[in-house]
Amino acid sequence: MAVQTARRAEKLPGGRVNLAGRGSALGDRAFQGIAFAFAASILVLIVTIFVVLFVDARVALAQEGLRFITGQVWNPNESIFGALPYIYGTIFTSLIGLLIATPIAVGASLYIVEYAPNWLRAPISFIVELLAVIPSVIYGFWGLAVLAPFLRDRVERPLKAALGDVPVLNALVEGPARGRDMFVAGVILSIMILPTIMSVAREVISTVPGTQREGMLALGATKWEMIKGAVLPYARGGIVGAAILGLGRAIGETMAVTMLIGNSSTKISWSLLTPGYTMASAIANQFADANSAVHFSAIIGVAVVLLFVTGAVNLVARLIVSRFGGDTRATGI
Amino acid sequence: MGLMTLLLAFTFVLTACGGGATPTTGGTTSSAAPSAAPSTAASTAPSAAPSTVASAAPSTAASAAPSTAAGGSATRTTAPATTTSAAGGTSSTATRAVATATRTGSATAVGTAGSANATPNTSINITGPFSGEANTLNGAGATFPQVLYSKWFDEYSKVTNVKVNYQGTGSGAGKNAIRDQTVDFAGSDSPMSDAELAAAQAKCGDTIQHIPTTLGAIVVSYNLPNVSQKLKMDGDVIAGIFLEQIKKWNDPKIAALNPGVNLPNEDIITVHRSDSSGTTDNFTSYLTAVSQAWANGPKSGSTVQWPGGIGASGNPGVANEIKNNPYAIGYVELAFAKQNNLSYADVKNSAGQFVTANAASVTAAGQSAAERAPADLRFKLVNAPGAQSYPITAITWILVCPKQTDQAKAVALTRMLWWATHSGQQFAEGLDYSPLPPAIVVRAEAFINNITVNGQKAFPGR
Amino acid sequence: MQGQMTAPSIPGARPRLSLEASDGQARRRKIVNGIMTTLIGAAALLGVSILGIILGYIIVKGAPALNLDFFTKAPPALGEAGGGVAPAIRGSLLIVGLASLVGIPVGLGAGIYLAEFGRGRFADTVRFIADLMTGLPSIAIGAVAWALLVKRGIGTYNAIAGSVALAIIMIPIITRTTEEILKLVPNNLREASLALGTPRWKTIVSVVLPVARSGILTGVILSVARVSGETAPLLLTVLGNSFASNNLRGPMAALPLEIYQYATKSPFADSFTKAWGASLVLIIIIGLLSLSVRLAARLGGPQARR
Repeated sequence: MAVQTARRAEKLPGGRVNLAGRGSALGDRAFQGIAFAFAASILVLIVTIFVVLFVDARVALAQEGLRFITGQVWNPNESIFGALPYIYGTIFTSLIGLLIATPIAVGASLYIVEYAPNWLRAPISFIVELLAVIPSVIYGFWGLAVLAPFLRDRVERPLKAALGDVPVLNALVEGPARGRDMFVAGVILSIMILPTIMSVAREVISTVPGTQREGMLALGATKWEMIKGAVLPYARGGIVGAAILGLGRAIGETMAVTMLIGNSSTKISWSLLTPGYTMASAIANQFADANSAVHFSAIIGVAVVLLFVTGAVNLVARLIVSRFGGDTRATGI
Repeated sequence: MGLMTLLLAFTFVLTACGGGATPTTGGTTSSAAPSAAPSTAASTAPSAAPSTVASAAPSTAASAAPSTAAGGSATRTTAPATTTSAAGGTSSTATRAVATATRTGSATAVGTAGSANATPNTSINITGPFSGEANTLNGAGATFPQVLYSKWFDEYSKVTNVKVNYQGTGSGAGKNAIRDQTVDFAGSDSPMSDAELAAAQAKCGDTIQHIPTTLGAIVVSYNLPNVSQKLKMDGDVIAGIFLEQIKKWNDPKIAALNPGVNLPNEDIITVHRSDSSGTTDNFTSYLTAVSQAWANGPKSGSTVQWPGGIGASGNPGVANEIKNNPYAIGYVELAFAKQNNLSYADVKNSAGQFVTANAASVTAAGQSAAERAPADLRFKLVNAPGAQSYPITAITWILVCPKQTDQAKAVALTRMLWWATHSGQQFAEGLDYSPLPPAIVVRAEAFINNITVNGQKAFPGR
Repeated sequence: MQGQMTAPSIPGARPRLSLEASDGQARRRKIVNGIMTTLIGAAALLGVSILGIILGYIIVKGAPALNLDFFTKAPPALGEAGGGVAPAIRGSLLIVGLASLVGIPVGLGAGIYLAEFGRGRFADTVRFIADLMTGLPSIAIGAVAWALLVKRGIGTYNAIAGSVALAIIMIPIITRTTEEILKLVPNNLREASLALGTPRWKTIVSVVLPVARSGILTGVILSVARVSGETAPLLLTVLGNSFASNNLRGPMAALPLEIYQYATKSPFADSFTKAWGASLVLIIIIGLLSLSVRLAARLGGPQARR
């Protein structure tokens, strides 16, 4: 890694010095022009995306104003569009996913970096990261066929039985155990963001200098104490960045969530068993259905909000991760 | 490497397709068609034949004003087609009491669209490809008739080589698609509102036509693992369940209607449509008609504010959820319940009878259809009168723009519509739908004949 | 990266352990250590086994669905048995193929620009935007493709709109990986070539790119694999088709759509079997693509980091 940075540093100054004769200037300019055009097309794309979405979202945003993100009622029949239930569903499921995935990702990363024999490190990383290659729709189907019935019968029902009569906590399990709710969507999200978080967390943890560890061990610390005292504090920032990066992925996830979240209530409820919506699943469900201009515009408005939220979360994550020595490139996949 | 393979495959597919596409368009009425067609037509005729009389004397049958055009074009019918229809006509006797009853009644004209007693034109049969028609049609919308449509278009591609691609996106999406003209036709079992029709004027240039295709029952289907008896339900109970006021299966209100049934003490999991749906529209129209609580609450519409439950996309999606979730209850077209061995309740109708949904009870509900139907055929059948009528019966339409612009598509579309409303009807009962009442078919004929392409009549009459 | 390593302070690295621990304390420390070690191991095991479980289901349940018909026939009428997913396989190849035709050159070009010419505010902006775009929800991109090419543009549901959406997803991925790979190419190669009087464009084409070949290919293939499974944008744009179609300007079937349909929109007896089968086919396609990445990596040269 040190080498890589060094190269990058020395390459840029040397970059565009044209040592060739004048004859080739035309070819160079043409080549650079073409490459420039392709690079510029990325800017054109992002501008197009935003312009198209904003133009289509204008009507609803103008009608609702700030209520679009603070309003709790989404009723197309009466042309009221408050997207808060969708925003809430997005945050709720993403947090469930994050709460489950982060400890597992950090644990697996610690295992790979601190415990695993050399020959096992690459295979474990590879296998976990392969999870990122499985398409969302297959997660959704597997969730529908295997995970949801399992969670419904083995987790939700017992949980409901255990917490149903406990004051305060029973709000978490209000409603029947359906297997189509925030909880199931959150669990499938946790699996889907696991590789994202793990690859960055592993990177960050492996950058903890060996001297840190040796110092702790030399003081007679157990391995866990060494991890707790030297590794985790050092990697903490990067792990937070990794988690936020995972959050970014969870927020925009569409298919698997749509297939499992229940697509129903627009109530804002603390219950894990609420069949709800996320922003993405609301778009998927209502995109083709919106029969008034305002309703369609409101759906696109949700897409605009979603775009801003994922953009902001990704931005924050990347800033944190790069500050703490991780690498976010792996997550592009 | 993988990329190379992919690109190679890509080019290969492209070339393969380019070559393969030509012969299909070339197909005409000649060679292969008659051999394939008569067999289907003959086998289909007996059950289809809404009118035995008409086949004997097509021209007289078509005396009603809108049918003249169809009658006139009958002269152009090809020889094989005529023989088939004659064969079908003679072999089929009046099998269904309802059809016969309607036909024997006195001829009273209803509205301007047609006469209640008119008999469909059976002299025109679509039996093979037609020179110059498009070889693909794209449609989207209602899932209520999807089992039937899926069968239809599978059969139809064998009859005519025209591939009719129909995607069940829900009635709401279908109505939007025909408004935007992103499809050639749409399916819907929720009629377009005046506002929707006005919005659709922009791209179509005329009023979208509602061509009825079939009748069906919306059943209240449930998954109760250890209950073998058929449950009985009335409007209040159904509304209570979907309002989530009745929360447990052993609720006294359900038990009162079902003495002797060992109802479990389990939470009821309601399943409803997450997409904009004509099935929802009919179901909630029924609930609005029979339950005050519902009329004061969610009311009727393609989308309503459900108090809770699982949202699923399409009739198949709801059936899927019912099938996979014990203690679930939802509403689907009869075919989806029956063909998946889902239980469904007998529902109390306006005459106070508990009626099982089946072709007979749906036909009974549809019996009054012709009399009640307005000229544009935008109407609902829920809560129909009659002791035998199933109360949550619905009619479904194919929505088309009557001002077509593409000659080949218009020919293919009108031929497909004619086939669907005539030969296609025979498949209805076998798939748990009910065929259209003959008087409605006559009015559909008028609609089909009124479709124009660039000012000319689009339907070639064969 | 290494440069930043020494920069941040080391907040938690203050050893506060009492070295004169009592026996009881020592035992407790040992127990805690044991528990945590177990938990960490369990986390790793869980992470690894999830993939095994998911793939296991797909293979065991999907394999029985695979037969010749599955690959060669169109789906039957709803509720009827038999048939296959041939239109979907063909549709996926067409849609992803077209997306690649557009997305790969643009992504490569932009990546080359950023690595070889990219300095200043413009390049930084492009880099930043490309990073941001890799995180955009694909459904939003699908909505844009629908607005531009379905509602406006072509006017009907069509495969091109789907391809464009997929291409938009591919471009930033390829751009960023290409740039990263090209940066790994030793600069003295460029200098040597330029010193010989080779024009810069020729240096890039015949010296830099060949060295980075396998790495670039890796990025390209991974992006193809990624979009092969994309469903949401296709749902909004290509509609689906129960027949095989080669008309890019019309609705088309695609494997991910087929899986979605069979999984959620078909209660009939064998629909889950078909969904498992289609999942297996899709996983095999993606697996082969990913595997070829490994092979490409073996070809040597700077490689993409996963």
